[in-house]
Formats: sequence, structure tokens, C-alpha cells
Amino acid sequence: MPAPIRLRELIRTIRTARTQAEEREMIQKECAAIRSSFREEDNTYRCRNVAKLLYMHMLGYPAHFGQLECLKLIASQKFTDKRIGYLGAMLLLDERQDVHLLMTNCIKNDLNHSTQYVQGLALCTLGCMGSSEMCRDLAGEVEKLLKTSNSYLRKKAALCAVHVIRKVPELMEMFLPATKNLLSEKNHGVLHTSVVLLTEMCERSPDMLAHFRKNEKLVPQLVRILKNLIMSGYSPEHDVSGISDPFLQVRILRLLRILGKGDDDSSEAMNDILAQVATNTETSKNVGNAILYETVLTIMDIKSESGLRVLAINILGRFLLNNDKNIRYVALTSLLKTVQTDHNAVQRHRSTIVDCLKDLDVSIKRRAMELSFALVNGNNIRGMMKELLYFLDSCDPEFKADCASGVFLAAEKYAPSKRWHIDTIMRVLTTAGSYVRDDSVPNLIQLITNSVEMHAYTVQRLYKALLDDISQQPLVQVASWCIGEYGDLLVSGQCEEEEPIQVTEDEVLDVLEGLLVSNLSTPVTRGYALTAIMKLSTRFTSVNRIKKVVSIYGSSIDVELQQRAVEYNALFKKYDHMRPALLERMPIMEKTASNGPTEIVQTNGEAEPSVVEAKHPPPVTQPTNQANDLLDLLGGNDVVPVIQTTVPTKPASAGGELLDLLGDLSLSGGPAPAPATSVPSSQPAFLLDGLTSPPLFNDIAAAGIPPMTAYNKNGLKIDFTFERANPNPNIAVITIHASNSTEADMTDFVFQAAVPKTFQLQLLSPSSNVVPTLNQGTVTQVIRVLNPQKQQLRMRIKLTYTHKGSAVQDLAEVNNFPPQSWQ
Amino acid sequence: MQFMLLFSRQGKLRLQKWYVPLSDKEKKKITRELVQTVLARKPKMCSFLEWRDLKIVYKRYASLYFCCAIEDQDNELITLEIIHRYVELLDKYFGSVCELDIIFNFEKAYFILDEFLLGGEAQETSKKNVLKAIEQADLLQENIDFQMRLFAGMVVPNMASESSGLFQN
Repeated sequence: MPAPIRLRELIRTIRTARTQAEEREMIQKECAAIRSSFREEDNTYRCRNVAKLLYMHMLGYPAHFGQLECLKLIASQKFTDKRIGYLGAMLLLDERQDVHLLMTNCIKNDLNHSTQYVQGLALCTLGCMGSSEMCRDLAGEVEKLLKTSNSYLRKKAALCAVHVIRKVPELMEMFLPATKNLLSEKNHGVLHTSVVLLTEMCERSPDMLAHFRKNEKLVPQLVRILKNLIMSGYSPEHDVSGISDPFLQVRILRLLRILGKGDDDSSEAMNDILAQVATNTETSKNVGNAILYETVLTIMDIKSESGLRVLAINILGRFLLNNDKNIRYVALTSLLKTVQTDHNAVQRHRSTIVDCLKDLDVSIKRRAMELSFALVNGNNIRGMMKELLYFLDSCDPEFKADCASGVFLAAEKYAPSKRWHIDTIMRVLTTAGSYVRDDSVPNLIQLITNSVEMHAYTVQRLYKALLDDISQQPLVQVASWCIGEYGDLLVSGQCEEEEPIQVTEDEVLDVLEGLLVSNLSTPVTRGYALTAIMKLSTRFTSVNRIKKVVSIYGSSIDVELQQRAVEYNALFKKYDHMRPALLERMPIMEKTASNGPTEIVQTNGEAEPSVVEAKHPPPVTQPTNQANDLLDLLGGNDVVPVIQTTVPTKPASAGGELLDLLGDLSLSGGPAPAPATSVPSSQPAFLLDGLTSPPLFNDIAAAGIPPMTAYNKNGLKIDFTFERANPNPNIAVITIHASNSTEADMTDFVFQAAVPKTFQLQLLSPSSNVVPTLNQGTVTQVIRVLNPQKQQLRMRIKLTYTHKGSAVQDLAEVNNFPPQSWQ
Repeated sequence: MQFMLLFSRQGKLRLQKWYVPLSDKEKKKITRELVQTVLARKPKMCSFLEWRDLKIVYKRYASLYFCCAIEDQDNELITLEIIHRYVELLDKYFGSVCELDIIFNFEKAYFILDEFLLGGEAQETSKKNVLKAIEQADLLQENIDFQMRLFAGMVVPNMASESSGLFQN
């Protein structure tokens, strides 16, 4: 059989292939030849063949059939074979294969070989890819070599030990004695690897760390070595651009960091050398800066005196002005880490940091942006915001979302005035409107609602923005909502802050209708627009136009729009008397989740989408939940998915406790369980403007079932009114009305109900949990009972409340349901 | 250091050294993605980027990209120096190294790397010492073969050509 072709020959041949297919063909041919050669157990050419296999492996072709051959090469006595064999092992084998364990014996033998280069190969392979089993087996050999006087082997053994410790941490102890004189070596290789080993041990074990601090007096030794490096003259062997062994310097500084962290004595001992390195290191080349960088990191981490810390931050400040972008990057990263602890020192470099916003490099820009937000405070908000808004205008799309969120957060925390705040929001919406996060829309709406005096100004500005551009959805949504709410202010030209514009009702409706038909509007936006138009029916006079629009959309293909339109139609027709109350101005909203106090971590600095709750100053304004039921009655079950989930407030817990108390109960879930955080959730809430009073329900409970008194004791009276739910006649909708004839309020009022097993019960949120005194108002709550078997309805109720300072609890059975309610 | 990759401007891998245990499939995936990411960078950008949970340090020398993945606590700037030192070693060894040298002598490139780094850390900070060790190891290969050729009757046919075939151009 002819000799297998040489490696270089193969490489040359493969490189001549013009297509992937051609290359593949060549490779397959050669692999076949190699395979048969392996089968022949040919010792002579095994090395050559494996080398070729390794080349083909690098090109991406499978080479697993060469694994065993590598082992044979390792076992060979020829140095050539071993070299390629070990290389092959490192490339083709890894600890996932069982095959590699077969290496253990070979490595063990080679670790004791007479030739140091063979020992070196073995140490290298073990230290690169040894598995835990191998490490366990061979740790003793490594430890032995760690004590040898041969520096070539000693340095390799040290790094091998690092690998062993990483794989089998329990073995760390056994290397401890060998570390005793490591640092007294003159050889830099041994010094460097020893420092790495000591670092690994200190990082892994606090006991080791303490030991090295106290017993071994590691810090003085390291300080001495570092000093020698700096002070000694030119040493050609280790010199890099005029600095002596920067690699070793950096590793020593890193170990010092670990030793000094949290320890006063150690930190004290290294103060001087750190100051020396910080001031004397050449900064013209990357090498010097690498050392300075490590020094700064160390200074910031240990218990250094304030002078030293200021020195460190100033070094970082100088880095920021360096031409080398890598240095600038590193500086910004470090400043970001220290901005919390050394805020004032970093503030001094604020203008340089802000300049970095204009850098060309993406990573630098991002760091600068994060750092800028971290530096914003009440004093510099105006100036900083100007820069940040300018950045928002011109930055890449990948930044816009984070920047916008950051701006909103900062504005909320430090806004010097409401008008400034609204202006800032407007600016963000108009410049980066499409990148603004979805959950900022409800936040902004809430903010605007609560800035009562700015309503006219806000709606005017938003209207003008809409005239310019309707493509940015968040802007459009906020604007529609505001126009719906404050359209009357817009038309009456009441703006104080700026020149009021002349706008007619028709023009406003034109704009809103334009949104409905535009291709640019998303379904969500259309929903906002339709609702806004509807709201204007109580604020504008051109009701007929609005009626027409609403009825058109009653046959819209978009189910969401259709549903709304149908309901609004119903409002016009059957429930017109309720319309003004229903579409009243929204009250001030309470914000639930507030932002975290200090860090503005851009990725998740956004506040929770605010759960919109209407305040319940008893007994006047009406709760969202009444309207909830109203909409149910109108047949719109799916419209307000979130209302049912908006209920993680106290009233809802009534349902939860119900489950606990009355185990055989099953609460039927609501028909449309949409998650509270989804975008559509924000809108239905706004449908629910206040209603006026509970007696509404008496009008609606027109199903003909007589009401009844379920409970009447100690001044608390609970009446039930009934309604059949469409379309399911098996569901009885009962509304309880709790009234209080005593002279004191009943607070913390909780109503709970349980029904027999064949029924299913759902309790919706109550209107409030205070039953006001002397029948001044009632608490209402809706119960839906599913009665598929048409059995006689029975119920057990539990009432708890606080009256005149004491807690009251009562249980009662309700058996007097009128037959029509369950038949 | 977790791994080092050398690749050309067309994305062809010239050397891969892994210091963490990963399956072949994972290695291929990482290589593919990282090569794509680095090649997409513009010349004016800095040498560092964040990729997954690692810091990537890369530098281009002529037609070759040298790319290292380091951990959070590692110093990016000194890693640049490590890369530079490796290039210097290759340069001294091959005499004005170019990509072709590394293609045709990839096993030597590995040997040199393995004398400079071990387990992802530098084992020798003196350029002279690394080169000396490589030189000695190369000699050892040739010496043994030379000695074996001297022994009559022990010569295996084509042995000389085999060894020279591997390490000669």
C-alpha cells in the first residue's frame, strides 16, 4: 500500500477545491484512506494520519474515529507521536467521552518521564481538559511536581493544580504545603503561575484566604515582589514597552484585591504600593493602562483611604479622555461599578461622560447612557435631560427603548415642575414614540390625569402632535385618551400655559375618525380612538355624528372594535340616561407599584404597569366594579378581561378566603382571563368612568324576580336583587346591597358566601368595604351562581366587619330564595 | 480564559483552543455565532464586546482575527497584551508570520500556544523562555529520529520522510 500522503500535501490539495462539494469529496476520500490505514494498525504513519485528521476536524468534518488512535500515539515512545497524540486528545476528546479516561495511565507515566518535555505535555493536557476522575487520580503526581526545583515543570504544575482545584475543590488542601515557598522563586513563570494558584485558592475558600492573610503573610511578600518589579531597572527578558512583566504585575494586583477586601490590616499594608503604581506607571501604551486599570479596580474594592479612592476615580476620568476607545470603554465600565459608592467623585466627571454619548462605538454609547442616568439628580436634571433628549433623537434604534424608559424614570423622580415633566414626555413621545415601551402608556396616562392643572395644556399639545404625525402608536394612544377625556377643554380654548388654539368639535372628531381608518393604527390604537369618540359624546354637542360613527363600527371585522361599538350603541339606545355618568371625567388614580429608589437599571427600571383603581371616597364616587357588572349585564363578557384580574386588592381576597373557609366551593373563573400586564388591559379600565349610584341596579334588575332580604341583624341589612345572566339562563346574578342603620360606620366589611356542591359560585369585587352609617349608602357586590341542575338555591353567608372599634363576625343561612331565581 | 479562536476574514477557522468542557455541537454553535458577531463589527469599534455572559476580546492582525472569551473578573486590557504576545511568539518562530504559515503549520501554532498558556492562563511571561522551550522540543523530535536512523537494522522504511513530511514545508 502506498504511503499515506503527507499533511502539507493534503492541505494544499484541499485548498485547491473550488466548491464545498469538491472539498467534501476530497475529504471523504482521504478519510477512507486513513480509516483503512488505521485498521492496518500501522505504527509508522499513524502520526501523519492523525495530524491530517486534526486538520479536517478543524474544517468541520467528523473525526471521532481517530480518538483511539490518539491514545495509541500517546502511548508510543516517540516524542513526535506523543506530541500529536496529546494535541489530538485535547482537540478530539473531552470529558464527556469515556475514551478519555483511558488516557489516565499514559498521563501518569508521562508525568514521571525522564524527559521534561514529555512531562510538560502530560501536565498541559491534564491542565487543559482533565476530568474530575482524572484529576482525582493524578492530583498526587501534580502535587509532587509542584515541589520540584525544575522551574519549567513547576510553573506548569501550578496551573495544572489550578485546574484540579476547579474540578475537585476538595483537593485544595493537599496543595497547601507545596505553596509555601512558591513566592520565593526568582523565575517569573513560576511566580506568575503561583500567584494564579494562590488567587484560585483564596477565591474558593474563605479559610484559605484567612490563612494566607494571617499565617503566611502573603501581603508583604506580594508587595515586595511588586515593588521590585517597579523599581528594578530594565530587564530585557520581561520588558514590555518599558514596563517590567506587566502580566505578573496585573496578577499580583488582582490577588492583593482579594486579600485586602474587607480587611483593614491588609488594605493598610498595600496602600503605599498601590499609590506608587497608580502614580508612576507609564500611560502612553496599552500595557501601562492595563496595570492602572487593575490598580483602580483594587483600590475601589479594598478598604482604601479616601485620598487613594479619589486618585483612582481621577485615573478613570483621565481614561475617559484617552484617544484609545478601549480605554474609554474600560473606564465607563468601572465608573458604572463605582457610581453607587463614590457618587460625588464620579459626578465630577459628568461632562466627560455625557460627551461619550456622542462616541461612535456602540458599547461606549451604551455605557455612557447607563452612567448618565445613574448620575442624574435634582440639581442637574435640566441640563442632563437636554443632553439625554438630544441623544434620544440621534441614537440608534437599539437604544431608544431603554433611553426613553430612563428618561421617563428620571423625569418622574426629579422633574422640577409639572409643565417641564409634561414637556419632556411630549418630547420623548414625538421623537422616539414608536420605541417607547408599551407599559409606559398607562403610566403616562396616569401621570397626566393626576396633573389636573395641566390638562388643557397637555391635550392641546397632544392634539397638535397628532396633527403632525399619527404613526407612533404610544403617542397616538396617549393623545386619543386625553382628547377623549379633555376634549371639552380643547375646544373651548382654555389653555393658560400657551397660546390656545382654535379647534372645532368637528375637527377633533375628524382627527379621531382618521385614526380609526388609518392603516398606521394598530387595533389597540383603534380601540383607544373609538372610546375617545364615545367619551366626547358627553362633552361635545355633535352627538349625532358620534352616534353614526359608533354604529358603523358595530359591524367592524375587528372583534374588539365591534364589541365596543355594539356596547356603545346600546348605551345610546337603551341606557342613554346612564351615559353621562358612565362617561364622566376619570378621577385621580392611585399609583400602585412605585419605582425602586436609587438604581436606574435600564433594562428593568420600568415601573409595574399601574393597576388602575378608582379611589373610593365613600360613599360618593362609584367603583369600577359596578361598571364591570354593568358590562356583564350588557352581555360584554369578554370586553374587560383585566377587570377580573385587576382585583388583586383586598376585595378580591374575599374570594380567596372563601376558598379557604368553605372548601367545597369552586369559584368559576371569569370568561376571559387575560393577563393583567398585556397591553389591551390598559384600555378597558378607561371605559369605566364613574357611575352614580347603586339604585341603577334596581332599574336594570328588570328580569322580574322580586328582591329579598337575606340578612337583617344588629343594624346590618343585606338585600338580594336578581337578574338572569344572558345568554346562560342557568346563571343567576345576584346583587347584594348591604346597608347600615346604626350610627357608626361598619368598616373592613367583608361578605362571603358558600353554596352546596351542585352549584358553582363566583364572587366579584365589592363596591367598597365600608358600609356607611345611617343608611347613607350601600355596599354592593355581585354574586354569580351557576345552577345547572336547577336545584333549590341555598346559601350560607359569612359577614365580618369592624363596628365601633370591635370586630364582628356572623354566619347565616339564606333559604328564602324566590323560586324564580333558581327555576 | 474560556477559549481562543483564530479565524480569517471569510470566517474560516484557523485555530480553536477550548479551556472549558463543551460538546462538539456546542463548540460549533458558539464558533459560528461568535465569528458572525465579530465579523460584523466595524473597524472603529472597540475591541471588547459582551456576548452571552462572557466578555469577548478580539483583535485583527492582517487577515486573521484573534478572539478570546474571558470571564467577568479578567482584565480586558491585559488580555489584549496576551493576544499580542502570542502573535509576537508566532512571528519570531515563523519569521514574519502570515496566515498561510498558520494554515500549513497549524500543529506548530498549537504547540506554541501550549507553551505560552495552560488552562487559559499564561504559564511563562518571558518571550525568550517560551521560544527556547519550543526549540528544544522540536530538536527532541529530530534528535530521536536521527538517533534511530543511526542504529543499523532498526531503521523502519520511510521513517525519515515521515517525520520530515510532518514538520518540513
